[in-house]
Amino acid sequence: MHALALLAACVTVVGAIMVITRRVAVHAVLYLVVTLLALATVLVMLGASFAAMLEVIIYAGAIMVLFVFVIMMLNLGQPDSAREKEWLHPRAWLGPGVLATIACAELLYCLNPLSGPAPAPAPITAHDVGLGLFGRYVLMVELVSYLLLAGLISAFHIGRNRVGGR
Amino acid sequence: MPAFSFNDTLLLATVLFSVGLAGVLVRRDLVFMLMSLDIMLNAAALVFVGAGARWHDATGQVMFVLILALAAVETAVGLAIIVCLHARGRPTLDADTGNLLRG
Amino acid sequence: MGEILLPLIILCPLVASLVVSVSAGRMGACAIGTVACAGVGLSAVISVILSVMLLSGPATDALRVVLWPWMRIEGFSADIAFTLDRVSMVMILVVTIVGLLIHVYAAGYMRDDPGIARFFGCMTLFVAAMVVLVLASDLLCMFIGWEGVGLCSYLLIGFWYDDPANTAAARKAFYMTRMGDVALLCGLLLLATATGSLRMGTVLAAVTDGQLPPFSVNAAAALILVGALAKSAQIPFQTWLPDAMAGPTPTSALIHAATMVTAGVYLIARLHDLFAMAAPVMAFMAVLGALTLLMGACKALVQSDLKRILAWSTISQLGYMFLALGCGVWQAALFHLMTHAFFKALLFLTAGAVIMRAGHEQDIFRLGGLRHAMPGLTMAFVAGASALAGLPLVTAGFYSKEMILSGVWHVHFGLTREWGLSGHPLWGIALLGAFLTALYIFRCVFIVFCGKAGTRAVGRTSRLMSIPLGCLCVLSLSGGVIEMPDTLPRLHLFSALLDPGVPLSHADEPIWLVLAGAIVPLAGLGVAWVLWGRRVSVMREIPGQAAIIRPARDGRGMDVVYDRVFVQPLCLLVWLTRLDIADHAITGTGRLTRAASAGMFRARAGVVDMLAIRATGMARWADHLPGQFQNGRVRWYAAWIATGLCAGLAMVVLS
Repeated sequence: MHALALLAACVTVVGAIMVITRRVAVHAVLYLVVTLLALATVLVMLGASFAAMLEVIIYAGAIMVLFVFVIMMLNLGQPDSAREKEWLHPRAWLGPGVLATIACAELLYCLNPLSGPAPAPAPITAHDVGLGLFGRYVLMVELVSYLLLAGLISAFHIGRNRVGGR
Repeated sequence: MPAFSFNDTLLLATVLFSVGLAGVLVRRDLVFMLMSLDIMLNAAALVFVGAGARWHDATGQVMFVLILALAAVETAVGLAIIVCLHARGRPTLDADTGNLLRG
Repeated sequence: MGEILLPLIILCPLVASLVVSVSAGRMGACAIGTVACAGVGLSAVISVILSVMLLSGPATDALRVVLWPWMRIEGFSADIAFTLDRVSMVMILVVTIVGLLIHVYAAGYMRDDPGIARFFGCMTLFVAAMVVLVLASDLLCMFIGWEGVGLCSYLLIGFWYDDPANTAAARKAFYMTRMGDVALLCGLLLLATATGSLRMGTVLAAVTDGQLPPFSVNAAAALILVGALAKSAQIPFQTWLPDAMAGPTPTSALIHAATMVTAGVYLIARLHDLFAMAAPVMAFMAVLGALTLLMGACKALVQSDLKRILAWSTISQLGYMFLALGCGVWQAALFHLMTHAFFKALLFLTAGAVIMRAGHEQDIFRLGGLRHAMPGLTMAFVAGASALAGLPLVTAGFYSKEMILSGVWHVHFGLTREWGLSGHPLWGIALLGAFLTALYIFRCVFIVFCGKAGTRAVGRTSRLMSIPLGCLCVLSLSGGVIEMPDTLPRLHLFSALLDPGVPLSHADEPIWLVLAGAIVPLAGLGVAWVLWGRRVSVMREIPGQAAIIRPARDGRGMDVVYDRVFVQPLCLLVWLTRLDIADHAITGTGRLTRAASAGMFRARAGVVDMLAIRATGMARWADHLPGQFQNGRVRWYAAWIATGLCAGLAMVVLS
């Protein structure tokens, strides 16, 4: 494995760990951006440059901006950070940590027989993905468009500022 | 020879997934839970892309696009709920207090 | 031209039904009535046009339309196909024209009902289903219409579903006819397996060619007969029709008097070639018809509810039709079907108007003296009553009944080679039935319209309701002159229309046959006048058969004779019919089952109770535990999901 690949993987994992341990939400968002960028690098090394682009543009760009906006609107301050500290008591980590570790270990154990022959040489370009998307999976695309529409409508409905209570 | 073998990809994805799972379980703040969920979704997407690269099939990336759309919808709706809760004057975004099914 | 018009007869009411049902609540009562009448009216106009086209062609002409093939299986095929020949032409004219008149009447009658959209939706759907039944040339296609009319009948009997009695009546009608439908379907399947098709032409040709063994012909005919008996409320199934009067009166007129209950008669008339090959079934049918007509007349004589009198009278008249069918004179049955549709619809509609104006009072003994308050309705009812009684020469009922009577007189059932059964006893029963018919319907007339004033009449009959009554009056008085007995002017338009090749032979008919048929209704009228019509009436408060006996016991003049001649046999008959064997058998089975289940319950109770208490305790304890999981906390849920994931993976890993 290349050194760069090792670095990217490490950054991804460390960034993810930082995300779930921060007390201040903005810090967590920034770490999440770092994680996603590192993940995009991993994707490039897998030969999926198109997916990497989408990861950067949509995830690290659009979705993270959404998070930042919401955090700005919520106006979280010092008391919240103090309360987070109280919530993140070491004992609170015990159960989830054990559970997650067990799940991780089991998954890794299961993965073992999957190590196969070397991957195919050529990368998959946006052209192939586009052909797949609008050829075999065009119905899927339509369904996803419905999903997006439903998400749009429900977000609009929930986030609407209702005058006069419920 | 690509930098990542399929096995490495799966290893990375597993670790990411577990970290995200731990985050969902341990954090009580809804914003953090959403972020952890995003990490888990990314881990799943990574497996698809890795499998696509391994068998040289575009379907992996198609699934990646679909997961991206799913994540976008999930985040948008989740954040809308958070904003809505906040606008109602709820003091904290503690997920454990929202257990009474009262809208 | 005809190929396009024929499906339109079905389509018009169907579209009207859809429009009316879908628009529920958005259209006014007036608009709904207009749409429904327009749908049925269009189909009436089309059927008149088609009839003219058909009659202008040669006599054996028939209009055949195959809309689409329904199913093609190895050895069997069925089409959605319609035929307009002369038999179905007569029926279709009756259905659409009487249906149109009743729809017009109902538009006035139901104007203030909140469920008018539902009502007209069902009524027009009924007309569509009935037309399918009549026109279908494939028996399986006919079965669609057969079930459709049953469904509409169910929906309309239970129209006022607030009252549990009405829904119970609807269920009863549905169950009773359903039993017959099963038998009918069995008969149809028998024919289908034997001939490989259910097209009427194919089936009848196969039967008359003798391709089928006699046993299957007899069995199929018997099964179809059972279906027809249930639909037409004949003897084993007669109990549903009086209860079906719970529906709105136009429904009773259209479905339970004029058209649906005659579907059985029509079916057998269509398949008369099949029944002609099954002599025992024919004889059985004739005997059943005779018994039914006598029983219906007797029961009508002791009822006190106006609509129930008419219902029993319908059963009795259907008995006449089955008698005619059983004697092989199906032309007479169809002729009587037609005139019966006219005068019974008239009677029902008039009764509905009377009941509505008398403040929804149906008991004839509380009504009374309505002659002055509503002269028009009185005339209409008297016209219908005389047609039903068959007063000679001036009414339609006389001619059709005469045709049946002469057909029955001439029949001879050759059951086996050595001995047969003459039709004379059946003729006697039919004549007695004619006497009783005149007796009960004029009893009703005299009690309701003459005598002391009972309830006060309010309002007036709207024009929308009186116009159909007028039309039906004319039809039921003059609709019979197209066919006359031979002793009168030789006029056989109707039978010539149906079956031009073989005119019925009445040549050797003695003149006293016609005279008897003419005198008996007059005698019934006279007796009714003596008993109920005079100012000092002999029998006034008689709500049951007991009250018939009481004045007779006093021994006043001819009442003793009356008692000896009529009342005692009548009481015996009434007592017999009151027993209602079928009803008793069903109730008895129910009671037996209930007793058995009660016994089993008691035996079980000891063991089961102990088990149940234990089980409840355990269940309560066990139910507490999962309750803890449902705490509404998202993170706990997520944790349980993760635990499940771990456990599942562990199973994979360890296995």
